[in-house]
Amino acid sequence: MKKTYKIEVDCANCANLMETAARKTAGVASATVNFMTQKMIVEFEEGQQAADVMENVRKACKKVEPDCEIFL
Amino acid sequence: MTKKQKVMLWRILIATVLLLGLQSLGAQAFEQMGPAGRWVRLGLYLADYLIIGYDILRKAFKGICNRRVFDENFLMAVATLGALALAIYENGEYLEVIAVMLFYQIGEWFQSYAVGKSRRNISDLMDIRPDYANVEQDGTLEKVDPDEVEIGSVIVVQPGEKIPIDGVILSGTSTLNTAALTGESLPREAQTGDEVISGCINMTGVLKIRTTKEFGESTVSKILDLVENASSRKSKSEDFISRFARIYTPAVCYAALALAILPPLMRMFGMGLAPEWGSWIYRALTFLVASCPCALVISIPLTFFAGIGGASKAGVLVKGSNYLETLSQTRIVVFDKTGTLTQGVFEVDAIHHSKISDEQLVEYAALAESASSHPISKSLQRAYGKEIDRSRVSDIQEISGNGIIAKVDGLEIAVGNDKLMDRLGVSYLPCHSVGTIIHMAIDGEYAGHIVIADVVKPHSKEAIQRLKAAGIRKSVMLTGDAKKVADQVAVSLGLDQAFSELLPADKVEKVEQLLREKSDREKLAFVGDGINDAPVLSRADIGIAMGAMGSDAAIEAADIVLMDDDPLQIPKAIKISRKCLGIVYQNIVMSIAIKLACLILVAFGMANMWLAVFADVGVMILAILNAIRALQVQHL
Repeated sequence: MKKTYKIEVDCANCANLMETAARKTAGVASATVNFMTQKMIVEFEEGQQAADVMENVRKACKKVEPDCEIFL
Repeated sequence: MTKKQKVMLWRILIATVLLLGLQSLGAQAFEQMGPAGRWVRLGLYLADYLIIGYDILRKAFKGICNRRVFDENFLMAVATLGALALAIYENGEYLEVIAVMLFYQIGEWFQSYAVGKSRRNISDLMDIRPDYANVEQDGTLEKVDPDEVEIGSVIVVQPGEKIPIDGVILSGTSTLNTAALTGESLPREAQTGDEVISGCINMTGVLKIRTTKEFGESTVSKILDLVENASSRKSKSEDFISRFARIYTPAVCYAALALAILPPLMRMFGMGLAPEWGSWIYRALTFLVASCPCALVISIPLTFFAGIGGASKAGVLVKGSNYLETLSQTRIVVFDKTGTLTQGVFEVDAIHHSKISDEQLVEYAALAESASSHPISKSLQRAYGKEIDRSRVSDIQEISGNGIIAKVDGLEIAVGNDKLMDRLGVSYLPCHSVGTIIHMAIDGEYAGHIVIADVVKPHSKEAIQRLKAAGIRKSVMLTGDAKKVADQVAVSLGLDQAFSELLPADKVEKVEQLLREKSDREKLAFVGDGINDAPVLSRADIGIAMGAMGSDAAIEAADIVLMDDDPLQIPKAIKISRKCLGIVYQNIVMSIAIKLACLILVAFGMANMWLAVFADVGVMILAILNAIRALQVQHL
């Protein structure tokens, strides 16, 4: 399952950090952050609840870049 | 400007005014206040410092709490706090501390403004998303969300409006502007029965359209989806930069630490000199400011984004930055013939040995073939050009693989190939021309033949020449057509190689063979029309589908989609990719070179904090401005 989320992040490097953080989150099969279109595309592992996983993704991202926001 | 940017702008202005005021007062003004003056002065400067930099300090602190130490906020916080500590200790110049923070924030503000602005510019370029669809209900038009229109609904498009959903024209004629989709400025005529695709602008007449797709499946949605997701597929250059930043940031931090500690220790114990801790710590802090990798990290994706945006404006849809990169390294181009280099539409090329007038011959042929829908029959009917009176034709007998025998105006007309003539025992004259030969016999008597050929596109030759001028080493044509036809086309277009009489599977094999023969650094592009060549498109290093307006299969299979079927788009696409990659390399080399130069100057004590701020912010601004050039592709 693949979902796209709108994000808000100011710098390209921070976007890279968010991408790395999202990829490391449990339940995420793959994640790409598109800084230019301010979007995060997340592919979830089988049988995962997108909403729960995204809560963790958001926490992980906030940790690496306090200024970012993911609109769930 | 976003709210965040506005707030930042105010903070920058206030901090600047306060800084200028404090500077013009000078240190003497405070000394008159006695011993407290020093602390009042410090307090005012500290307030200014906090106005401009509080968010940086906060982020740096949070970073440390989250055990993410080496980011730019941390660098800035350490550098300015360190310089501040030195200034307090010496009761010296605070200007530098605040100026550095100020310039850093101005740079950040400019970056966010420029990136936001170019993002919007590029999005505006691709502003083909229709906002509504007009649905007729009880005689009145109602505007609805295109998403809610079901397949088979009838929508009305008025002059000046965008066609929101793909469909077939039920009534009305008009001229369509396809510029937003194809980059082609010449308008296209559309009339009842024509298929139209979403995203075109209806220019002259009212059109009633029966939709054939949902909005989400329509051309316009597919294109938007494709372009918006394009920068998600990262190129090697972008990966390189991400990896570079990951190693670079800690590396410069340790280098700065070494710069602060090692030289003074060496001076103390090695050379017996005064350690000069202050001066070396200052150098280390300057080193940290100069080292920020932002210029690289921001400008490379921005360049690709601008390049992809510019390309889509020119009717070249690129599915990802990585494909743009591969395209720029292309040295071998393999073409499919039919529909790519040639029109894929058969036309009557010549008429030979006709016993009756040419028009008469074509008329008989068209009438005899009137019941057939074979492309060749269609081309004969087109060449005839008049309404076909079916009542003149009777006793149609189709002999599969040979041709047709029919009675027209009481005469027995045989239209077909050599085999048909042999079968009827008619002696025929072989043809020296290249193409499909249609022999005709009237009442068992040979009446001449019609040569039907696929017409080469008007720009094919020029496209091949331009490709060669652009450094394409080898151009190859693959076709299922006869060798004679293939060779003639290849020679007339100036292609290096042609393989003919191939089945679709053979084409894949040929491409694989060409892939084995080339070196790794050279890339092979395959250009096809997306019909029957999807496997080849995906097998090549890069698959280019052309004339793909509305063809889902092609959009799926290809890496690059040319909206127009003009072969000149191919050299253009390659040039766009080269320009974009050129800018990427310029930015990488320029940023790293200036950075290294500044870092070395700083390490040897030949530069101050001001140069360091230029190395950080100035280089970034230059790189962003350079990146935006990738958007300009009209004159390539």
